[in-house]
Amino acid sequence: MNTDRVVLRVEDLKKSFGDKEVLKGVSFTMKQGETKVVIGPSGTGKSTLLACINMLVVPNDGKIWLEDEEVTLAKNLNKIRQEIGFVFQDFGLFSHLTALKNVMLGLIKVKKMDKDAARKLAMQELERVGLQNETKLYPAQLSGGQKQRVGIARALAMQPKIILFDEPTSALDPELIGEVLSVMKNLALSGMTMLVVTHEMGFARTVSDEIIFMENGYIVEQSSPEEMFKNPKNPRTKEFLFKLNELYGE
Amino acid sequence: MGLVLALPISFGQVYGNRFLKALIAGYEKVLRSIPELVILFLIFYGFPRVGIRFSPFAAVVIGLGFRSSAYQSQIFRGAINSVSKSQMRAARSLGMSNLDGFLHVVMPQAIRIALPPWTNEFTIVLKDSSLAYALGVTELLRQGGYIIATKYEPMLIYLTVAAFYFIVTITINKSLGGLEKKLAIPGFDVKETVR
Repeated sequence: MNTDRVVLRVEDLKKSFGDKEVLKGVSFTMKQGETKVVIGPSGTGKSTLLACINMLVVPNDGKIWLEDEEVTLAKNLNKIRQEIGFVFQDFGLFSHLTALKNVMLGLIKVKKMDKDAARKLAMQELERVGLQNETKLYPAQLSGGQKQRVGIARALAMQPKIILFDEPTSALDPELIGEVLSVMKNLALSGMTMLVVTHEMGFARTVSDEIIFMENGYIVEQSSPEEMFKNPKNPRTKEFLFKLNELYGE
Repeated sequence: MGLVLALPISFGQVYGNRFLKALIAGYEKVLRSIPELVILFLIFYGFPRVGIRFSPFAAVVIGLGFRSSAYQSQIFRGAINSVSKSQMRAARSLGMSNLDGFLHVVMPQAIRIALPPWTNEFTIVLKDSSLAYALGVTELLRQGGYIIATKYEPMLIYLTVAAFYFIVTITINKSLGGLEKKLAIPGFDVKETVR
């Protein structure tokens, strides 16, 4: 599925909160259709990195390009954000709207689609994540896994160039993680460009094209999953993967 | 009038800069710490001294309106703040402007949160309108007084006045309560029975 077309380019990205430097110069690129997984200990700036990419958090330094447009210089951020899907750890569903309306709202208010077209597209995307029977339910009536799938459908409906996933399964019960991961896997296979922050090593190993290991605001190592798991070069990567292995046992 | 004033005040308090927030906090502190009757006397008897004269009715409307705006803005501020920040973040990440996010995501939820305390405030203002008595406005209570003067039936007349207030308040409570039910988000506040 991969083409050589670069969808996202991040160059020397830096971000501080107060005097705490969270990102200390992060660079990577993503080609169309690629899935990359970002792993690393908590507090190393993984979530901040994602938030910077669609400028929900404004970086202090560095550049971001979405295809040919420089995000960091963009005047109309709302236009750029339409093209970058975002899936949150806490789902971020609009609690006063049904699953269907959650997906439709962006289409109507941002993309200015008419209601019928928006409804049709929203139904399509909900079907894609296996929720064709839950369209009329409100977020509070859905399970965590279903909520996150609505979140994914909402991002998909905007037809973004890339989707960023910020620990999409971290708030879920273990038995609900699978349904979300399988939706994400299908997405990856269908050629969506995805950048995923996760601790799900099974997903990282089987679905991703490349794993980025971050620590202390730097990318310590990035390589293919085989390379990363079999032969990590950096001692910190080794240690981290060893600990994960201990924790989840293989 | 309270509502018209309260909305911009609460917006200023939530989204305004530091100066605006401090100004509003002061406004609220003052108005919420003075008894309504004192506010009314100040407006009606005090202001003419500096050359501003109000009719009794206008003084009551202004007095009740300003004081209620202080309380109501607190209600709206609380309601807006209690809508989770992640709601706005999700709206912005879809490409919505701040205004769109507020209108279509934050506000619909804030209204639902604000309705019960707002109903309460509404009935308080309604009942406090009886303070207009002190300025000589012919409101319900004074009207009752007139009748008593001719018929001398204080118990009966005041009970009737009380009944009027009761009926109006209950009716408003009921209809706003009905609106609350109508707007309720299914599954959102499942009432748990704790035994």
